[in-house]
Amino acid sequence: MTRVMESRPQTTHDRPVVATLGQRPAEPLIFEKSSPGQQAVDLPPLDVPTSTIPQELLGAPVALPEVGQHDLVVHYTRLSHRNYSVDTNFYPLGSCTMKYNPRINEWAAGLSGFARLHPLQDDAQIQGALRLLYETRCFLQEIAGLDEVSLQPAAGAHGEYTALKVIGAYFKDHGQPERRVVLAPDTAHGTNLASCTMCGSEVVGVRTVEGLTDLDDLRRVIDEHGPEKIAAFMITNPNTAGLFDPRIGEAAEIVHAAGGMLYLDGANMNAILGKTRPGDFGADAMHFNTHKTFSTPHGCGGPGAGPIAVCKKLSPYLPLPQVMMAADGSFYFDRDRPKSIGKVRSFWGQFGVFVRTWAYISACGPEGLRNVAEKSVLAANYLAARLRDVFEMPYFDPARRRFCAHEFVTVPRRLLEKGVTLNDIAKRMIDYGVHPPTMHWPVQDCLMIEPTDTESKRTLDQFVEVMRAIAVEIDHDPGLLAQAPLEAPVRRADEVAAARAPVLVWEE
Amino acid sequence: MDYTQITSAHEQQMLQAIGVAHVDELFGAISPEFRFRQTLDLPPARSELDLQRDLAEMAAHNHGAHDMVCFMGGGAYDHFCPALIDQLINRGEFLTAYTPYQAEASQGSLQAFFEFQTQVARLAGLEVANASLYEGATAVVEAVLMALRVSGKRRVLAASTLHPDYLAVLETYLSDLPAELCRLEATEGRITVEVLRGHLDDDTAAVVIQSPNVWGLIEDSQRLFSAAHDRPGTCAIAVFNPIACALLKKPGECGADIAAAEGQPLGVPLSLGGPYIGLLAAKKRFIRSMPGRLVGRTTDTEGRPTYCLTLQTREQHIRGARATSNICTNQGLLALRVTMFLSALGKSGLAEMARQCYHKAHYLAGQIAALDGYAMTFDGPFFFEFCITCPRPVTEVIETAKRRRLLAGVAPGGRRMGSIGGPNDLLIAVTEQRTRAEMDALVEVLEELSG
Ligand SMILES: Cc1ncc(COP(=O)(O)O)c(C=O)c1O
Repeated sequence: MTRVMESRPQTTHDRPVVATLGQRPAEPLIFEKSSPGQQAVDLPPLDVPTSTIPQELLGAPVALPEVGQHDLVVHYTRLSHRNYSVDTNFYPLGSCTMKYNPRINEWAAGLSGFARLHPLQDDAQIQGALRLLYETRCFLQEIAGLDEVSLQPAAGAHGEYTALKVIGAYFKDHGQPERRVVLAPDTAHGTNLASCTMCGSEVVGVRTVEGLTDLDDLRRVIDEHGPEKIAAFMITNPNTAGLFDPRIGEAAEIVHAAGGMLYLDGANMNAILGKTRPGDFGADAMHFNTHKTFSTPHGCGGPGAGPIAVCKKLSPYLPLPQVMMAADGSFYFDRDRPKSIGKVRSFWGQFGVFVRTWAYISACGPEGLRNVAEKSVLAANYLAARLRDVFEMPYFDPARRRFCAHEFVTVPRRLLEKGVTLNDIAKRMIDYGVHPPTMHWPVQDCLMIEPTDTESKRTLDQFVEVMRAIAVEIDHDPGLLAQAPLEAPVRRADEVAAARAPVLVWEE
Repeated sequence: MDYTQITSAHEQQMLQAIGVAHVDELFGAISPEFRFRQTLDLPPARSELDLQRDLAEMAAHNHGAHDMVCFMGGGAYDHFCPALIDQLINRGEFLTAYTPYQAEASQGSLQAFFEFQTQVARLAGLEVANASLYEGATAVVEAVLMALRVSGKRRVLAASTLHPDYLAVLETYLSDLPAELCRLEATEGRITVEVLRGHLDDDTAAVVIQSPNVWGLIEDSQRLFSAAHDRPGTCAIAVFNPIACALLKKPGECGADIAAAEGQPLGVPLSLGGPYIGLLAAKKRFIRSMPGRLVGRTTDTEGRPTYCLTLQTREQHIRGARATSNICTNQGLLALRVTMFLSALGKSGLAEMARQCYHKAHYLAGQIAALDGYAMTFDGPFFFEFCITCPRPVTEVIETAKRRRLLAGVAPGGRRMGSIGGPNDLLIAVTEQRTRAEMDALVEVLEELSG
């Protein structure tokens, strides 16, 4: 289902009548297009006398490609034609918030007064940029309902790491260095667990029941390890099953009673912008993913940013430096934070990403952000409601007033029992111009579907038709799905072979 | 404008399909005490026209390499970038795609990352590279964590001539792990084999050397790494400048096992320090210990060349707490940028860029060193960045140059550079972009201050 799709997909043995990438001839590697002596750009001649270069310092030439400018542009343009993207396809990838990326964001980040600032310039020369960073900090503090934001982390996972270090530093400073155990639900994102390891913390799983944290198990785990050992409980809310946890307040109380902190993985903030604030429901620290919630593009996997927000008692431990406003209204980087955990990256953070964040939040305004949350939740519930008769949904049941947040999980058992795999379904979606949803997470055999706030009803309706068409195909011709994708530049990739004998670089 | 597209008529139809009267009912799981009933205290929504005005105004309040002549380095450099890159990189198919988990719908980015990995490995003179890390400092950290894993040892010997941010970040990351960070002190701005030998022991997991180092000096990496390898299992980690690799000995040629770098010089805008891109290359035997995404070449069911993410069992989404790193989102679009940059400059273009950096920097250094009262702070070999000791406090030098629209350099004695230099030291970087006239203008300013 591409943006230009007008006709309804047809079912069963016919190829769907949709614009997909289609089968395309392979594009050779840039190295294969190389001809000795070719060049895409040139430099002016050297305008100073040469100096001698000691022979022993010289290295061998680097075998980079030699292509002309036209061939080069053709190459990367053709590669672009081999990708699904938010701009060209419906991309309901759960937990990733693949919303539209406004182009003014890119325009702004490219302004030379932002793009060409050197990170070590004096504060006085970059007042406009510092203002933007400071305002972004304040925006995020307000949205989080927490006291101080650090813009340093480069992505969500980096934010988790940084915040856990901050929490660890707080406990060390308060004579409780033994608080090293971090709790996380069994549905936690992999980065949560890996971030704990990088901090030298032990991570302990907490059971979930029907998609929600089992509070009895939370209490049990705390008792088992000793409340005095607990550093934090990391929770995603709305969680990775697409549910806002109605007992989040109680979970916060339990962790706080043990003396630990509640850490919120803010990957799903899109669902609650302006509807509730993490600080208000008990979070002590959290990260944002600007590339999810605030429309900074995903760019094939980054760059994003993972700013963290913390409560007052954690503020002194935030990483260096911090952007501040002085009494006279000027802005500066503060490095006088003796309790800081230190630096977590070079320079000051993903500045160019925050230009985009600022532009997005400023465009939306407070009502707009709330509308973003409402539309993302509306879209997800609408899809869930229209698909649940064919795609079973373990946690969605409007009759019992059980709704999803901005995404939902389906475990399509009936269809899987017909002899197709989840992967078959996912690959068949590609043939209909839809990027497959997140798979097998947070539970086995599930698809996690997140339509986001920026899709029109028309697109959502087309998606419903696509999913129903696939269900009909499974009923009539499950074998067809095993061959999918048929309408992509390549058929199914042999990922097993790729891992068995890895080829990671081109060898002539 | 919030970019949503569901009209109120559509909203009614959708609510009806769900079976609720009002959208607020969908938020019923949020208990009333936590409902945010006020309006967020943020500026009101703005039209794009107003935003363009406001953003242009904020941008206009900054000076930088666009309206001044930039001799600043210290880990971020003002290199040339061909115009075609900005045009290609903003194609929606690249800009708005996710990490290529679904191979068949992501062959474009996967193939580009495979090309990127190949180019980075070749630059580093090593066998394999990953598909990017956050930036230079965390790339150094990941290289060190890799060495700790593969060696099973605990001590990390890091040159004090590493960029101070890299050292600071390394210190943060190692602080709660079973590892010990030990700094190798420099003599005349460089690390000597004697100092290294004095610290090496059987528990040394890694020796980390940056070249060109923070002073711009070229370290004797070959001898240092060969000394490191006298201890079985110790990893030699090179922190490199990717442009220097087109002229000088590459990490692999110096005997490095792992190499890490800040990739910003390769076509990434200065952008006040980020987003940048971390490069990581290694010997093939380390691939299963590498952090981050790796793209592999395989075939599809019809035998056609096909690319996919591979060795994912190393990664957080499969391995959880036992993953090789927590990294998920990396710097995809910048990896694309770098690969386009390297393809555009090509074999001879990058070599020419490196050559011009070298000669221009040596020309300027010669001119300045000939001035009364100025001297090279160190006399070791350098690439395109060098340190000068001025007859006056460097703050005065920088301020005076500013009035002539020159960003004279970086003050290594300042806190932002970890106060590693003296009060009169000035670190100057000369890229291929600097003209003789611009360099002569800087020399003129310095000359006026020499009296
Ligand atoms: C729930 C959750 N937590 C954390 C992350 C990690 O964020 P990032 O990819 O920005 O590092 C993700 C991203 O996929 C996520 O979905």
